[in-house]
Amino acid sequence: MNHELITARGLDKRFGSIHAVRGINLDVRAGEVVGFLGPNGAGKSTTMRMLTGFLDPTAGTVVLDGINLADHPMLAKRRFGYLPEGAPAYPDMRVDEFLSFIARARSFTGRDIKQRVDAVIERVHLSSVRLQTIETLSKGFKRRVGLAQALIHDPPILILDEPTDGLDPNQKHEVRELIRHLGSERAVVLSTHILEEVEAVCTRAVLINSGSIVFDGTPAEMDAKAPRHIDRNRLDSVFRSLTTVDTADPHTRKATSR
Amino acid sequence: MSRISVIFRREFASYFATPLAGVFLVLFLFLSGLFTFNLGGLFDRGQADLRPFFQFLPWLLLFLVPAISMRLWAEERRIGTIELLTTLPFTLTDLVLGKFLAAWAFAAVAILLSTPMWITVAWLGSPDHGVIIASYCGGLLMAGSFLAVGGCISATTKNQVIAFVVCVVACFLLLITGFPAVQDYVSGWAPSAVVESLAAVSALSHFESILRGVLDVRDVLYFASVIAASLFANVLIIQWRKAD
Repeated sequence: MNHELITARGLDKRFGSIHAVRGINLDVRAGEVVGFLGPNGAGKSTTMRMLTGFLDPTAGTVVLDGINLADHPMLAKRRFGYLPEGAPAYPDMRVDEFLSFIARARSFTGRDIKQRVDAVIERVHLSSVRLQTIETLSKGFKRRVGLAQALIHDPPILILDEPTDGLDPNQKHEVRELIRHLGSERAVVLSTHILEEVEAVCTRAVLINSGSIVFDGTPAEMDAKAPRHIDRNRLDSVFRSLTTVDTADPHTRKATSR
Repeated sequence: MSRISVIFRREFASYFATPLAGVFLVLFLFLSGLFTFNLGGLFDRGQADLRPFFQFLPWLLLFLVPAISMRLWAEERRIGTIELLTTLPFTLTDLVLGKFLAAWAFAAVAILLSTPMWITVAWLGSPDHGVIIASYCGGLLMAGSFLAVGGCISATTKNQVIAFVVCVVACFLLLITGFPAVQDYVSGWAPSAVVESLAAVSALSHFESILRGVLDVRDVLYFASVIAASLFANVLIIQWRKAD
């Protein structure tokens, strides 16, 4: 059951002179919800884009559910659902039309299309807006449409770039519940810069800074890295200490960040 | 094939999702009518043919085709859906062909809406239907070439206005090398080989030869190669620069 669904080895990306991602290794099993953390510009989105094949890595390999992404992109693309940053969708399409398009793109035909669309609309609570055009939706609904298109084919792997960004607290809670539920049998990678989110939904936190992984462990282990006397925003303090640049020694880093 | 048709259906429907399609079709018909009857003097010529319509068609397509092609990829880039499209199980060839064919079908709808003119001349006299059919084929091929070039240009930018302007210029160059004035000017100083090759790359020369009523293999091959080369370049541009 708990086999590796995502295996990334030595993922490296350069944009001209900028070294955005530096040899990242990542293994995610079914049942894991990995929170991808890091300051803006740390390489979170770039890494996710390489995991989904939108960007070709400068070096390294991605294997999804046993399929090498570079060798068999069409097979590998069927194994995951992806919510890109900002949840892009066609503004002039209605929600149900857009989801039907995605279902067709995912090779569903005939009655299956409607069945899939209905099921996913139910799942992410879009019934009230299913006949509205996407441009008329609030940010929260747009995000849910993005989530719906990623879930429509019930993939074993979910890659979600900031799934709760722009949602109100109730919607955030709802989406987190959904992700936690989905994560019980899938491999989920989600990026966020909200640290409570990691505690709330993730079984594992991966902290990335300047293109390298600086922490990989459970949220509890991350919490344990914070100095004992801090009792509020403990994860914040760990985040700052691990991602503040230009200090070499982690102890002095903690000292300066306080 | 079915993957291409998924893209085709979405794209073709998207033209009609906004008032764009209506505005475009009305404008096209209005201008083609204006050119044919007022400037071309369809009735004054006293001949039952559609030559005035087809003579002005390239110049109409020069501005109207870039208006269709400008959004093909620039819009996907601007709203970020290119990331969604390219991570769905489509190959880049599926995407490029599906989009191109949808745009071409839309242009074909516009061009074929001019058939009432054909019916009019057929009712008033006895035109050479073979010439008219060949001319329609020529018009469709020219629209296809302009669209393929325009799609390629649209793939390089997020900005539809830039895509439009650059496409008009590119298509203008493709037309003008065969223009008699340009040919005369060049033949004044350039060797005849240059003049001939300029005429050979001109969409206008090939279109004019089709208007004479003969669908020559060389002319069809010319338009087919412009389309194929542009679509191939389009795939490469998306491959290299999809994330820019």
